[in-house]
Amino acid sequence: MKKDLHIKIDEITRVEGHGNVVIDVRNGRVKEIKLEIIESPRFFEVMLRGRRYDEAQHIMSRICGICAVSHTSASLKAVEDAMGIRISRQSTLLRKLAFCGETLQSHILHLFFLVFPDFLGEGSIVPILKTHPEIAKKGLELKRLSNEVCAAVAGRHIHPISFFPGGVAYLPKVEELKRLRGLLKASFDDLEYTLELMERMPRREFPNLKAREFVSLKGKGEYAVYGGEPYSSKGSALKTANYSKKIKEYIVPHSAAKHARTSKGTYMVGALARVNNNWRQLGARGRKAAIEAGIRVPAYDPYLNNSAQLVECFQAVEDAISLIDELLDRGLRQEPLAKPKKYGRGVGIVEAPRGTLYHEYAIDRDGLVQSAVCIIPTAQNLRSIEDDMRSLVPAIIDRPREEIRGAIESLVRAYDPCISCSTHMMDVRFE
Amino acid sequence: MVLSCENELPEILRQVDIVNFREAMTERHEDYEIAFVEGSISRKEEAHKLRKIRKKARVVVALGACSSTGGLNCLKNRFPMRYLQEEVYGRGAHKKKAFDTDTVRPIDAFIHVDYYIHGCPIPKKEFLSVLTALLMGSVPKITNHPVCVDCKLAGNICVFEKGKTCLGPVTRAGCDAICVTYGGVCWGCRGLVDDPNIGAHTETLKRYGLTADSVMDSFNLYDRCAIKRKR
Repeated sequence: MKKDLHIKIDEITRVEGHGNVVIDVRNGRVKEIKLEIIESPRFFEVMLRGRRYDEAQHIMSRICGICAVSHTSASLKAVEDAMGIRISRQSTLLRKLAFCGETLQSHILHLFFLVFPDFLGEGSIVPILKTHPEIAKKGLELKRLSNEVCAAVAGRHIHPISFFPGGVAYLPKVEELKRLRGLLKASFDDLEYTLELMERMPRREFPNLKAREFVSLKGKGEYAVYGGEPYSSKGSALKTANYSKKIKEYIVPHSAAKHARTSKGTYMVGALARVNNNWRQLGARGRKAAIEAGIRVPAYDPYLNNSAQLVECFQAVEDAISLIDELLDRGLRQEPLAKPKKYGRGVGIVEAPRGTLYHEYAIDRDGLVQSAVCIIPTAQNLRSIEDDMRSLVPAIIDRPREEIRGAIESLVRAYDPCISCSTHMMDVRFE
Repeated sequence: MVLSCENELPEILRQVDIVNFREAMTERHEDYEIAFVEGSISRKEEAHKLRKIRKKARVVVALGACSSTGGLNCLKNRFPMRYLQEEVYGRGAHKKKAFDTDTVRPIDAFIHVDYYIHGCPIPKKEFLSVLTALLMGSVPKITNHPVCVDCKLAGNICVFEKGKTCLGPVTRAGCDAICVTYGGVCWGCRGLVDDPNIGAHTETLKRYGLTADSVMDSFNLYDRCAIKRKR
């Protein structure tokens, strides 16, 4: 059917940061579909310039209050890579434990506060506290637990305190770890409840599914979020050292956040990408949840990213329990922070809740940061979101306007974009 | 941090209607009495929006370091704005609207602010106490003693003792000195006490042969926007 359609969603709600969606269809043909990023640029990479290497993680954590552990960790890994600092096994375990807390926290926040209101026909978590207090309570309890995991290791979730170049400056209390272990174990029930809830909710399906490229970290013998090497499902030979040759950022006029592509074109990062790329590394609970949630890899439907996040909640709890076990088995002991041995360039890559996060710094002989590059998950997904909107809109163009609007908003939300994070790209390349 | 009030959220929502919280809610209304404002100002449109909020709200509270002192964002003010834009977005970027930016300022550079909740992040405790006071119709109490006091109460060993530099003696407390408790130092995220030359923790300063001015010299991560004004 030939049809004209103009939709502009100003400052799309229940996503982090400021973005508008513009859809312009004339005579049944898509003239324009874009996600405008109108957030103010923040220039974090320039803010870092000239600052001491041991201030970097503190400054860069402030990029985001939701994925503060991820930014802190990517920053530390970059500094430690640049300065030849090797951290102990204990420090690695502690950092990974905080990561589990963050993954859980971010996904629970997204699912309960931002996604479920859609399914329950409400505008936010606020009415849900009244209409479905049981659901709201589960969400709040899981969120509090995730906060407590981060707080036990890092002092708090927003923004971690105890993480410094060379290790972790605070030892969690054994009693606290034991207490959390019990709570984590019990939280599987709440996650099962959430999974059942999601299964009962109306599920959107994406029409005209095409194969897509997934990029994430991939590790040996672990579901990689803090460790591992970057990996592409389409076989681009990605390595930590050559990432900047494979992942290209570019400017589009309607966005304060840069877009990114690989040599193969559009790619997706985040929970769905990780579950696809690391299916074999999923633990027993995570894989069972994935199967129950209807994920069969390769799973290309972007709406499934919500389910993949829940799968990762299971995975995070499972991993947190085994990390606590290893820490308790080894026995905790006070360690000094490892010292820098050299200076130069370094890269730190982690899996933030929303996808692969790259920090790269050049540090001079005085230990001052000369230049910095960050590639943020949401910026990498922007092109993918727009591509998906382009194939979604023609397929549903005959539906009522409000339905189209709803499908588009849900699509953008499924990617769980963090717009303010993505608006401080820097074009300095280390040639 | 507001969303981390998991236990208190249901009770808060019994007492107040949240009418505008775009990141968490679809509905938005422009009818409010208390406005919590996050973030610093670096664009004309933001200043305009801020002035509109001031007109509508009876009480404006600056929420967090970016809003109350300019916070870390002020690090950007070390460079000329055009240089920043071209550095990040390429040549000619200063002509494009999407990359528009200006000197970062705290919100009280544009409007009158009734109360401040300091810190990056804000302490949950302080947020709840200010909110409670506002709802009860009393005046919120904002701490004006240095972090050293909180740090002593927390039972920490002074980090100067370990040869590190700490901004605790001149920084506004209210955070329970959490950064020192967890193995760090005070970075000064809550800004200076109202009159650092008098209000500073002189006992600590004297013991280590320091003056308020000498400690304030390393006070350049946070509060960079305000420090010139105060001196």
